[in-house]
Amino acid sequence: MNTHLLSMHDLSSEDVVRVLDTAESLREVGTRVIKKVPALRGRTVVNLFYENSTRTRISFELAAKRLSADVINFTTSGSSVSKGESLKDTALTLQAMGADAVVIRHGSSGAPYQLTKWLKGSVINAGDGTHEHPTQALLDLYTMREKLGRLEGLRVAIVGDVLHSRVARSLSFGLVKMGADVTLVGPPTLVPPDAPAWGVQVSTDIDAVLPKLDVCYMLRVQRERQRQQFFPSVREYARLFGLTRARVDTLPEGCVIMHPGPMNRGVEIDSDVADLPQAVIEEQVTNGIAVRMSLLYLLLGGGGEERGDG
Amino acid sequence: MDPGEIRRATTRIAHEILERNKGADEVALIGIAARGDDLARRLSEQIAQIEGTKVPVGVLDITFYRDDIGLHTEAPEVHETRIDFDVTGKHVVLVDDVLFTGRTIRAALDAIVDFGRARAIQLAVLVDRGHRELPIRADYVGKNVPTRNDEIVRVLLEEVDGEDAVVVEDPR
Repeated sequence: MNTHLLSMHDLSSEDVVRVLDTAESLREVGTRVIKKVPALRGRTVVNLFYENSTRTRISFELAAKRLSADVINFTTSGSSVSKGESLKDTALTLQAMGADAVVIRHGSSGAPYQLTKWLKGSVINAGDGTHEHPTQALLDLYTMREKLGRLEGLRVAIVGDVLHSRVARSLSFGLVKMGADVTLVGPPTLVPPDAPAWGVQVSTDIDAVLPKLDVCYMLRVQRERQRQQFFPSVREYARLFGLTRARVDTLPEGCVIMHPGPMNRGVEIDSDVADLPQAVIEEQVTNGIAVRMSLLYLLLGGGGEERGDG
Repeated sequence: MDPGEIRRATTRIAHEILERNKGADEVALIGIAARGDDLARRLSEQIAQIEGTKVPVGVLDITFYRDDIGLHTEAPEVHETRIDFDVTGKHVVLVDDVLFTGRTIRAALDAIVDFGRARAIQLAVLVDRGHRELPIRADYVGKNVPTRNDEIVRVLLEEVDGEDAVVVEDPR
């Protein structure tokens, strides 16, 4: 595996399987009396979050702590960043303090890549601008494999604001890599023009797509990233692309409903739909801890010189 | 060791476990993956034949407790851990195929402590080949096999390898 995880393109399909299989073993740790193993004792993981986050930051923090790593949470408010420190200087400061891995979320696409040029340790992308969010994609792949038993040949629709969604990009790349059949659904203004080059299909008609799915993946409408009017009104969006109760009834038996959170209930997904048993949104969150443990273990558990002893 | 010797060794260990723990009531077996878990299952069957009680069997992967994480280029591969019973109050018998440096057992002891407070932890191995690097010894030994440090001791079991055998390979 690579030293860093910036994009799903950094992982081969064998790497993805390894991450998911290791996560499977690590999930058991969460069921023990003492939910902690000493695998990464003495390593330091820094959570460097330039954007707000609840689940991803807490998930990474728990994952690192369950592996016995030391965790430092760095958020921009209340730090020297609010005094104008640059990303580079912040990174070099963390390096000087001995960080073995930096988990970064940043509003600018490519910020994690910049970090890799300045840091010796591993860099893990926890979401950069509208580029990628590979750990979310991995936990989604894990959840799909767990629920449906396979990834190859799965028919998945990713519905909504694809243009601003780093989750949609990472997940599409991951699913295509694993041999799934992906359809992006959304208004033409919110689907990137280069999407067909990812190896996915594109549709503007959600009702035509829903009846032949294994997974219906709803995206959050990211109004904070939308710098212009992409659709006439939220009500119209909800009517044309929202997952309503009536639309759920057209899904095949056994189809799983997913959402990366945080949800806009009543916009992309109806409130009662989000609480249905086939909606596995909370399980995605739980699986996120095991998948992130797996990644931290695989990225930080190696790195030594090979020696000949057993 | 041939299949007959292996069978007689595990039968004797099953008897010794029962004698030492005054029956099978509080006994639980935890095998260290890979092959220790298969040996633990065999011991459980033999205990059932002798005593009529089925003792619980767990499988333990000690990867996360190893003392050499970060010393290899790749992170060591992880296997399944499954202990479906509460170890608290139990007489836990750890089962492994070969006892060598003792580092695996040290890791396994740390791991079991995280599952609860066992009444006692004992160690059963099919082969003790010597060369300990830690103050650890086995309570039940199938066979003591004197070896050189660089020799390789391989335990083959019907369940995974299709045959029962213990072979010592000389890399020289």
